[in-house]
Amino acid sequence: MGRIGARYVVNRMLAALPVLAGVVVLTFVLVRLLPADPAAFFASGPAMGPEEIEALRRQLGLDRTIPEQLAIYVRGLLAGELGRSLVTGQPVAADLAARLPASLELTVAAFALAVAVAVPLGVLAAARPGSLLDHLVRLIAAAGVAMPPFVTGLVLIHLFYVLAGWAPDPTSRSDPYLPSSPPVTGFLTIDTALDGNWGQFRAVCGRLVLPAGTMALFALAPLVRMTRAAMLDVLTADFVRTARALGLSRARILLVYALRNALVPVVTTAGMVLSYMLGANVLVEKVFAWPGIGSYALDALVASDYAPVQGFVLTVAAIFVALNLGVDLLCAAADPRVGLE
Amino acid sequence: MIRAGQRHARLALGANPVTLVAAVLVLALLLVAAFGPVLAPYDPLRTDVLHRLRPPSAAHWFGTDHLGRDIFSRVLVATRLDLVIALSAVLLSFAAGCAVGAVVGYSGGLPDRLVGRLVDVLMAFPLFVLAMALVAALGNEVRNIVYATAIINLPFYIRLARAEINRRRSAGYVQSARLAGAGHAAILVRVLLPNIMPVMVVQMSLNMGWAILNAAGLSFIGLGVRPPTAEWGIMVAQGAPYAATGQWWVALFPGLALVVTAFTFNLLGDGLRDAIDPRRRT
Repeated sequence: MGRIGARYVVNRMLAALPVLAGVVVLTFVLVRLLPADPAAFFASGPAMGPEEIEALRRQLGLDRTIPEQLAIYVRGLLAGELGRSLVTGQPVAADLAARLPASLELTVAAFALAVAVAVPLGVLAAARPGSLLDHLVRLIAAAGVAMPPFVTGLVLIHLFYVLAGWAPDPTSRSDPYLPSSPPVTGFLTIDTALDGNWGQFRAVCGRLVLPAGTMALFALAPLVRMTRAAMLDVLTADFVRTARALGLSRARILLVYALRNALVPVVTTAGMVLSYMLGANVLVEKVFAWPGIGSYALDALVASDYAPVQGFVLTVAAIFVALNLGVDLLCAAADPRVGLE
Repeated sequence: MIRAGQRHARLALGANPVTLVAAVLVLALLLVAAFGPVLAPYDPLRTDVLHRLRPPSAAHWFGTDHLGRDIFSRVLVATRLDLVIALSAVLLSFAAGCAVGAVVGYSGGLPDRLVGRLVDVLMAFPLFVLAMALVAALGNEVRNIVYATAIINLPFYIRLARAEINRRRSAGYVQSARLAGAGHAAILVRVLLPNIMPVMVVQMSLNMGWAILNAAGLSFIGLGVRPPTAEWGIMVAQGAPYAATGQWWVALFPGLALVVTAFTFNLLGDGLRDAIDPRRRT
C-alpha cells in the first residue's frame, strides 16, 4: 500500500462521495414512489378517522415538501436512523445489524471457495490452451453464467440431502439440539470456535456447505473466465518470453511473473462478482431459509413493510460502494501504474 | 444492403458451428413461444388433485405439480411469457440506451458528465437488489418487472453507445458528412447510429440470457407474475418446498428450461460477438 500515492487514495475516496449521495437520493425517491401511504397503512385500525390519519401524516412528516422530507431523512441517516419495521416492531438498523453477520458469513465463505477453485483452474487452463482442462474450464465458464442460483441450490439439496444424505437439514444455520455459543461476532463458525464448542462448530460448517457451494458455483464462471483470459493475455507479453529465454522455471514464470501482472483484471472482476453475490444472496437465502438481511428484506417486501426494504437497499449499496473503493485501492497496490493515472 | 446483410449473417454463423446450433435452438424457442399453447398436451391451469405430485411418466412427461397440473404443458406455455418479458426489457434498454448514449457521446460536455454520474449511481447498486426495489416502488405487476429489468440494464447500453459514438465522432466519414452540409441530427441518425448497430445488437443478444434469469429470479421471490400463471421462475418457487422431500421434478424441469434458454442465448451472443470483433474472443 505504501507505494500508492496518498493523493490517489484521497481522490478515490472523494470520488465515492457523490455516488454515495446519489445512492441516498435515489433510495429516497424509490421509497417516495412506493404505492402505499404509510400513514393509511399504520392507521388501519377501526378507531382511526381522517383527522387521525392526517395527524399521523403530520407526525411522520408526510405533509412537508419533498426537499424538506429529504433533509429530514438525511439527518436521520446521519444519526444511524433507518426507521422502524412494522413486522418486527424493531428499529430497522437493529434488525439489519442482527442479521448482517449471517449474510456476510455466507457471502465470504462462498467467495473464498469460488476464488480458491477459480484462480488455479484459470491459471492451469491458460498454461495449456487447447488441453482437456482448458475445454472443461471454458465449458464451466459458459454454463455457469446460465445457472440461476435458485435452481442450482435446489439441485444441490436434492443431490446431497435427499439422495446422498450427506448434507444436514437445509433450512437451518445450526443444530438446535446442541448447545449454542454466546454471540461475539455473529459469524457462527467463529463464535463456536472461540467457545471451543466443536460439535456445534461441525454442525454449523456442515450447514454452510450447500448454500455457500450454491453461491460459489454462481461466482465461479466469471472468475474462471477472467483469470484464464487475463493469464492468456499476459503469457504472450515480451517479458514472459524474456523470462523463458533466461531459463526461469515454468512455475516461477506462471505464478510469480504472469499471475502478478494478470491480477488487476482478476481483482476488478472479483469485486464485480462480490457485488453480484450481494444480490444473489436474496435468492440463496430464500432457498435455504438463511436468516440474513436478504430474507429479512423479502419478508418485509411481501408484507408491504417498506422501511426494512429501504434500509436493506441502502446497506447493500453502501457495502458495494465501499467494496469498489477497496477494489480500486487493491488494483493500485497490485499495479503501480494504476495509481499514476 | 440486404444481400450484404445475408452474406454477413452467413459468415457469422458459418464461422463457428456452435453459433449455428445456438441460432437453430433460439429459433426453436421462438417457435415454442409462438405455438406453446397449441403444442401443450394438457390445459396448463387444469388442476387434478387425485394425480398430484406424480413423477414423470408416459402420460405426464415432466410429472405433475402439487395441484396435479401437467408440468410439461406448463413449461411449454410459460416459454412465451418468459421470452416476452426478457425481450421487451432488452429492447427497451437497447432503444433508450442507444438514444441517450448516442446523444451524450456526440455532444459531450455537461450532459455527458451528468448522465455519466447518473449511470455511476445506478451501477452503485447491486443490480438484482435495485430491480427488487424498483418493482416494489412501481407496483407488483408483470409490466414493472419489464421496466425494472430494462432500467438495471440501461447503464451498460448507455456506456457502450456513448463510447462507440465518442470514438467515431471525428472520424473521416463523419467530417465529410459535415462538410457535405449534414446537420448534427442527420449525422447522428444516418451516419453514426447505423455504424454502432452491430456492437449494440451483439450486446442485446449477450444480455438476453441474463434478462431471462433476472426476470425469473424476481418472480421466484414472489414479485410480478401471480401464482396460477405458468412462468418458469414462479414454477421453480412452487416446486422448491418439494425439493427437500424428494419430488425433484416439480422444480427441476422449469429450472432446466431457464438454464437451457439462458445458455442458448449466451452461446448465440458469444458467437455473434466473435464474428464482429475477433479481438475479444476468449
